[in-house]
Amino acid sequence: MTRCRIVFSGSGGQGVITAAIILAEAAVLYDNLIAVQTQAYGAAARGGSTRSDVIIADTKINYPKVTQPNILVCLTQESYSKFYSIIRPGGLLITDSRYVQTQKRVDARQKEIPIYETVMEKIGKPIVFNICMLGTLLGITGLVTPFSIQKVLENRIPPEFLELNQKALKIGLAMGKKYSD
Amino acid sequence: MENKIKFVQGNEACVEGALYAGLDFFAGYPITPSTEIAEILSARLPQKGGKFIQMEDEIASMCAIIGASLTGKKVLTATSGPGFSLMQESLGYAIMTEIPSIIVNVQRGGPSTGIPTHVSQGDVNQTRWGTHGDHAIITMTASNHPDIFLVTVDAFNIAETYRTPVVLLFDEVVGHMREKLIIPEPGKIPLVERLRTSVRDGTDYHPYLAREDGRLPMSDFGGVHRYNVTGLAHDMWGFPTDTPKVAHGLLRHLVDKIENNVNKIARYKEFYLEDADQILISYGASARSALHVVENLRKKNQKIGLLELQTLWPFPSAIVREKCLKAKYIVVVEMNMGQIRTSVQNAVEHPERVFLANRIDGVMINPTDIKNILRLIKGQGV
Amino acid sequence: MAVKDFIRERFFPHLWCPGCGHGIVMNNMIRAIEKLGVSKNDIVMVSGIGCSSRITGYLDFHTLHTIHGRALAFATGVKMSRPELNVIIPMGDGDALSIGGNHFIHAARRNIDITAIVMNNRIYGMTGGQYSPLSGFGINATTAPYTSIDNDFDVVKLSIAAGASFVARTTTYHVKQMADIIAQAILHKGFSVVEIMSQCPTYFGRKNKQGNAVEMINSYRINTTPKGSKAKKENPSLIERGIFIQEERAEYCKEYDKIIQRATKGNK
Repeated sequence: MTRCRIVFSGSGGQGVITAAIILAEAAVLYDNLIAVQTQAYGAAARGGSTRSDVIIADTKINYPKVTQPNILVCLTQESYSKFYSIIRPGGLLITDSRYVQTQKRVDARQKEIPIYETVMEKIGKPIVFNICMLGTLLGITGLVTPFSIQKVLENRIPPEFLELNQKALKIGLAMGKKYSD
Repeated sequence: MENKIKFVQGNEACVEGALYAGLDFFAGYPITPSTEIAEILSARLPQKGGKFIQMEDEIASMCAIIGASLTGKKVLTATSGPGFSLMQESLGYAIMTEIPSIIVNVQRGGPSTGIPTHVSQGDVNQTRWGTHGDHAIITMTASNHPDIFLVTVDAFNIAETYRTPVVLLFDEVVGHMREKLIIPEPGKIPLVERLRTSVRDGTDYHPYLAREDGRLPMSDFGGVHRYNVTGLAHDMWGFPTDTPKVAHGLLRHLVDKIENNVNKIARYKEFYLEDADQILISYGASARSALHVVENLRKKNQKIGLLELQTLWPFPSAIVREKCLKAKYIVVVEMNMGQIRTSVQNAVEHPERVFLANRIDGVMINPTDIKNILRLIKGQGV
Repeated sequence: MAVKDFIRERFFPHLWCPGCGHGIVMNNMIRAIEKLGVSKNDIVMVSGIGCSSRITGYLDFHTLHTIHGRALAFATGVKMSRPELNVIIPMGDGDALSIGGNHFIHAARRNIDITAIVMNNRIYGMTGGQYSPLSGFGINATTAPYTSIDNDFDVVKLSIAAGASFVARTTTYHVKQMADIIAQAILHKGFSVVEIMSQCPTYFGRKNKQGNAVEMINSYRINTTPKGSKAKKENPSLIERGIFIQEERAEYCKEYDKIIQRATKGNK
């Protein structure tokens, strides 16, 4: 595969960092790929805008940060305004249609997707917003296999919440397929 | 059986290395960005019958691990800059009394409270001269998780071999970054266990009388040999003395046992150095960006290489000098104001060929930063 | 065993001034340990810096002479690693309660099974007579040429409030009581504090016109009274001696053993 650089952004508590870790861990442990994950620490991770970078590749990754993402996910207006300009030309920009009003046209495939609304409508619990987002991303890109994500969820999520997360993943995958060109 | 392939933070890789090396005891105090080490060990150590304690501050943490080490345990504490500052006096005590102990400093921006959650490599010289008085010290570092694991195991081995504290100097980027770690099978990496005295009960044991090979066998507190340990200048019984000859001999011993073994203690990695006429020297997270640049410019047929240092102190001057003999210029890549650059200048034949590519703003130095310096050196403009 | 068998004669003479109370304390520590019949191999003595801290060098135990104020932190590492050992800490008033005050209250809070012997001579002797946190208001010292305006700690009250489960006070005059209290403190499973009023004729006595060593020791006889005595009610300025608290409470190392049990159960 070609090197894929992803930036997840949103606000603290939305679970964007967890989603980034799950994606990278799935790539490394079950898809035999190389991945690194970093994140913004500190006050930003406690309510302000938060960001996590993931690089997935099949060759060694030295510099671990993302300067120009192929994929940028923005789950709040603030994170969108802060990061939309860094997207790599021709990249993929995913925003949540409830939280983000896109303002500028960038040289990227822009997808405004009602992830939050769908989660609330079909599951009713905002806690799995991040996993549904991850499913949506995978539905569009096929970055890692859904099987690998399932495995990571099984290892990371407490049993009582596993089904909920699996459901959110499935809904996201289906929605992502709908939005893939 | 536990999964031996993990996707973890660098701090956890350090924990895995410490446990592999036989860690028994941890004392520490919460501080960003090292806290994960304490958190994970609070769960893992009691699972193997080891002990974890959160002390009232970093001073107490360093003291507690020294006490535990004297009973024969392998010990660790972990902190960041402000806590490392507090540990300096007791670090000196561990040096003076020759107590094996490992201190992890996951560096953050300084001075003072600095930028707790951002990266820096500003403590390099503090690890060298932070505690008062003439002394030698061992400081090691790494840039990726497999290497963090290995140098951590190595640090425990070296601490036992030379009866000395060893500082593991990591940084926020490698400490918090997640990547793959494969934990080697037990027994694959040799471990150095404590050298205990063969002197029998009833025979006079001299805790500070070196053997012919320079090593000092220890006796666990609580064992058959009762002896004195003091931070005062001491004789072979460990009893305070101000006899000039004894004081001189002690200080020489403390420094020589490390400085005379600088090449044995030196750990480093080299990339594309064989024909390189441009050499980057780096360590820790900075070395990742440096290697990125090297591999990139090699594709453009530039003769560039990287010397990645893993032992910072004692500084491997002879090795650096030899590796840099053919270099037209040398660029030290680090996230401070040139702390290792000075040592490189002192080591090489042409100090005027040594340049610095650095960042001190809490942001990880990136490949473009380094490339810009290379262009400036070559008069190409940025 | 004779008292002499506990002493490292090789390292004598000791450095204490003539008339110093610390030798009396050392003597009674030995008597207490001898009475208890504890093996010398089972005793670890840890000290910080100061006149009193030099005791460790003179006694034939596992001895750890550390840095100023931190003896209890070192001792915590020793005790956690080898809970079966008896850990005894001779400390001076400045060492224990000024630079080491934080470690003191936290060791007490944990109720870790360590015996702290606070040898209170109300002065920094090693550095030549500066006031300590136990000197008290109105005391003369080399750093208080116009008398001290610092109030002093009450070691007994401080220790009890911090969570020590055995707290006692005695003096270098009351040597039988001292040996008895030290023995009980060592036997006690938990953090024990014994404050021993110990004379420093060289600095405290001289600066404050308290006479020679004999006169200072005699003042302990006159100015102290057994805890809860009638004399105390009649004269509240008397300082009480005796055991102020002696309670069985959860001990830190024992509690950590339970943590290990919980952790290993979860693991296997």
